[in-house]
Amino acid sequence: MIALVRRLLVLLVRILVGARSDWRGCAPDTRRRIYFANHGSHFDTVAVMAALPWPVRRLTHPIAASDYWGTTSFRKFIAEKCLRAVLVDRKPRVHSDPLGPLARVLEDGRSILIFPEGTRSSTGEVVTFRSGLFHLARRFPDVDLIPIYLDNLSRILPKGSWLIVPITCTARFGTPMRLMPGEEKAAFLDRAREAVVALGNGSASQ
Amino acid sequence: MTATFTYVLGSILILLTAATLIGTVLQYRAKDAKAIATVENLNARIRSWWIMVVIFGGAVLLGSTVTTVLFALLSFMALREFWTLTPSKRGDHLALFLSFFIVLPIHYILVGTEWYGLFSIFIPVYAFLILPAVATIAGDTSEFLARSAKVQWGLMLTVYAISHAPALMMLDTGTPSSLLLVYLVIVVQLSDVFQYVWGKLLGKRRFSPNISPSKAVEGLVGGGASAVLIGTLLYPLTPFSPLQAAGVSTVIVVAGFFGGFVLSAIKRDLKAKDWGYVIEGHGGVLDRLDSITFAAPLFFHITRYWFTG
Repeated sequence: MIALVRRLLVLLVRILVGARSDWRGCAPDTRRRIYFANHGSHFDTVAVMAALPWPVRRLTHPIAASDYWGTTSFRKFIAEKCLRAVLVDRKPRVHSDPLGPLARVLEDGRSILIFPEGTRSSTGEVVTFRSGLFHLARRFPDVDLIPIYLDNLSRILPKGSWLIVPITCTARFGTPMRLMPGEEKAAFLDRAREAVVALGNGSASQ
Repeated sequence: MTATFTYVLGSILILLTAATLIGTVLQYRAKDAKAIATVENLNARIRSWWIMVVIFGGAVLLGSTVTTVLFALLSFMALREFWTLTPSKRGDHLALFLSFFIVLPIHYILVGTEWYGLFSIFIPVYAFLILPAVATIAGDTSEFLARSAKVQWGLMLTVYAISHAPALMMLDTGTPSSLLLVYLVIVVQLSDVFQYVWGKLLGKRRFSPNISPSKAVEGLVGGGASAVLIGTLLYPLTPFSPLQAAGVSTVIVVAGFFGGFVLSAIKRDLKAKDWGYVIEGHGGVLDRLDSITFAAPLFFHITRYWFTG
């Protein structure tokens, strides 16, 4: 039943926004990976998931903010059941380990998908990354980090609108990267952000 | 359907079978990398032709409603390809939403219900006025004229122009009206195919390297002449005499050339090679329908003015 809903969801997303994949810097692989992408609309997570081939999609868990995706039972169903999402707290209490749920997924040998911008910008440009990606890279130094650029998403469903314009979205997968020895947090986050921005150069959304 | 249509369909299937066989032979004979790439693209095109012939032929056999719905979907995909490549701003969002989900469906309903009067003015008058009016609500005046023009041209090319192909079915010329559509599509598409074949075999002089680097003068002339010849021989599908069919297919072929060039010029302006990716070997829907955008309205009006009662 859930599998059917999942397939329908992927089909619907493909019809609406295309959700096409373009493997530029690496090939689809079921090895555990940390995918990180720019954030443009409510469609981001489903667009990346729909763009991944099924064997990879099956083993990939998107990370979603519990203060949005955990609020109603419908959102919870879409996030947790259909997308196999891990819900995390964006404003964790002191002494808790906010990355704990993500780390457990990776320790299981599965992949995760995160949006390091945290919240989406209204202009469509890629804003500064939050530090979670750095902490993950330090904790899992042998896992490949794959940058993804999602084009057109802020044009499909811009912030503050509920009207979907069915422009085709492409998920571009870049070259795998890792934390370099002795690399500082700010330098690493800049490099990761640059990798995403470079994948997006020349696309129609500014 | 008439016996003539059966012959035409049979000929196309024989032609495609021959093309498939030739493609297979060429595949074994291609040695260097460039030749292999060319043959692979050729075979991808042939495979796509099978699918396109089955879908289009099937729709025509199923009747005018199915055919109109098919063209509505093609317009939808073409409009999507147009907007995927054309930059838009936040202030255009509502106008784009209306283009896809209000203007396009209403326009094709007018085609389906054969309401000619409103069909011919709905987009070029009302959509042209309403969409920029709606865009003013967002309050973004930057490049307003250029942005409005893009919204209008997107609809004009991908919806209004293309819809003149299925609109042929509302014309009462004394011959079965779906055959007019079949005639238009065959002449336009054969013109493209012959241009490609003649260009590959004899092409030397580039016609317009800035706009369409692969189009050669030899291809355009040879391809155009071949398509006009076929268009003349196919006169039994139409209300035209052989001489009239030669004239009409010349108009279709010349308009088709310019449709291809205009769409290519827009594509180059947007720094893209193809409009999309859905048709293997061809690119997008708009790469295949670019000639139709200019040929369909001309063919429609020539037929409507001189050949309907």
